[in-house]
Amino acid sequence: MTEEKEEKQENQFLIDSDRLSEKALARKHQLENDPSCRKDPMEYFPDMEQIHSDVREEVIRQVEAYDYEQYTAVDVRRALEHKTCSVEDFKALLSPAALPFLEEMAQKAHLETSRHFGNTVYLFTPLYIANYCENYCVYCGFNCYNDIQRLQLNREQIEHEMKVIADSGMEEILILTGESKKKSSIEYIGEACKLARKYFKNVGLEIYPVNTDDYRYLHECGADYVTVFQETYDLTKYETLHLLGHKRVWPYRFEAQERALMGGMRGVGFSALLGLSDFRRDALATALHLWYLQRKYPQAEFSLSCPRLRPIINNDKINPLDVGEKQLCQILCAYRLFLPYAGITVSSRESKPFRNGIARICATKISAGVSTGIGDHEEKYTGREEGAVGDEQFEICDTRSFRTMYKDMAGEGLQPVLNDYLYV
Amino acid sequence: MEKNEEDCLVLGGHKFHSRFILGSGKYSLKLIEAAVQDAGAEIVTLAVRRANTKEHENILDYIPKQVTLLPNTSGARNAEEAVRIARLARELGCGDFIKIEIMRDSKYLLPDNQETIRATDILAREGFVVLPYMYPDLNAARDLVSAGAAAVMPLASPIGSNKGLATKEFIQILIDEIDRPVIVDAGIGSPSQACEAMEMGAAAIMANTALATAGNLPLMAAAFREAISAGRKAYLAGLGRVLSRGAAASDPLTGFLRD
Repeated sequence: MTEEKEEKQENQFLIDSDRLSEKALARKHQLENDPSCRKDPMEYFPDMEQIHSDVREEVIRQVEAYDYEQYTAVDVRRALEHKTCSVEDFKALLSPAALPFLEEMAQKAHLETSRHFGNTVYLFTPLYIANYCENYCVYCGFNCYNDIQRLQLNREQIEHEMKVIADSGMEEILILTGESKKKSSIEYIGEACKLARKYFKNVGLEIYPVNTDDYRYLHECGADYVTVFQETYDLTKYETLHLLGHKRVWPYRFEAQERALMGGMRGVGFSALLGLSDFRRDALATALHLWYLQRKYPQAEFSLSCPRLRPIINNDKINPLDVGEKQLCQILCAYRLFLPYAGITVSSRESKPFRNGIARICATKISAGVSTGIGDHEEKYTGREEGAVGDEQFEICDTRSFRTMYKDMAGEGLQPVLNDYLYV
Repeated sequence: MEKNEEDCLVLGGHKFHSRFILGSGKYSLKLIEAAVQDAGAEIVTLAVRRANTKEHENILDYIPKQVTLLPNTSGARNAEEAVRIARLARELGCGDFIKIEIMRDSKYLLPDNQETIRATDILAREGFVVLPYMYPDLNAARDLVSAGAAAVMPLASPIGSNKGLATKEFIQILIDEIDRPVIVDAGIGSPSQACEAMEMGAAAIMANTALATAGNLPLMAAAFREAISAGRKAYLAGLGRVLSRGAAASDPLTGFLRD
């Protein structure tokens, strides 16, 4: 028998721009090649609040003990027969042994979704208001060393973008920024929330993690939902991907959802970016992160996303590696069975056929009319070209407009819902 | 009930002939009219948060005009939020009926009885016909009645579960002790379960998921209608006794014996 060691695929994230100064390039290379020059990812910056939560330890303890290869078809069958899905059942459903049971998982996930959400599917759109970023996250199009067109919308531009989106019929908006507290201050984001309340029923945020008081302020400005992607729960891997900036502090990011709830937000969203590390462990960690927080904050609303890596400007080779559509479907079905009450969002990173299909199984929220660039809704929605636009965070796959998505979801036998929320 | 006397459900002075309250939130808007018609429903619930929309397809436009709207306060986490939502419902033109739903648990959506009593007190004083969704607890039900509830709406089992009368014994206590209509809400998953609750003396049944997850929604609505009607008639007729053991022959075995 020949010994053939399977070579693990890796993304080649590191790209140099010839427009960087020599000094910047030298610093970039130092960060990439010399781990000793990088900040300790467990050490908080002085302005970061520490809440001493026990959730992180619980999640990591479970994930470290997770050996998915030990699960068999017997474990998967047992999990599918149980009326409620335990943590142990969930681990079996995420394992490679569950992949042959995908259709059964999907059937059961569909039933759970029907019980909790009926046949409704919520539509929303993201609005990026700035793409300045102080972090060096090697896979992200906004990273501070990536040579892209940077832009920050001013108040008038934000309002204009919101008007264009609201005119399309959309009632829920997710406001995003790059992670630069200097450029996109809390006050700047707060003003955007206040504007959004004029045009939308439901305002969510996907911004850099902040302290409890800042979340409270943003809630008072009109936001009620906060989503934070942990990217990967594998600290060793995280350290090699997030080389510079506030985002490098792994526990501060982990505790963002809890601080948001402490600050009065109604709901929080969780996600790992699949393809960065071992996706089964990251999926387990994401769901457990939610599960433990739900036990601590039972009044809150919870949701999950399941994004896969996508190409970015200047690096079109980035891909989700071993996370194919079947694996993604398996994770989403396992999420639904373990967390039947949680919303599941599937973004425009995925294809039209995948999103149509998954909406019939377990997704409850779908984005439409998406742009991940800055200030280009007018052009994308009406064809009229405006002034300068900022480059995109990543390439989207499903480019359907709000109207087309509405029609397509109805065509799948689903009832599109634009608002199911009151700011009280 | 005297012969020929009209058997109506009376809520806050309003009379209804149907004892089937229909949910509207979990299925296609286009099916609402057919469901209402086949269910024979005169009351339809809707979430105020869902009706608060600019969209071209507003759920309010799909609910037939002749039915009474029963807006609910879903999404409220305490009495103050429920009160605000109820007032908004009135502003939206949803009438004076309000179903109070207050949940501090997003997983099981179990009602918070204490906060519900507080909200009932405030809204009843403001002239609302208050129908509180509750966990079947006798003390809480009495407090709700004292606070001005027009009925109480105990859950049969966790919402959306279709598991039927898991709280049967406690609902029976409410039916026996509370001098207001007891409307069984949440968890009724099949017509037979609805029939059983009506046989117990429930005043009405509220269902949503049972229809939304059925293969043929209008047909299931019709099945519920008949089951609720049958259960009501059985209750009014007075159910025959059930022996704890053994059997009782229709014709006594000792009937041939002479004195």
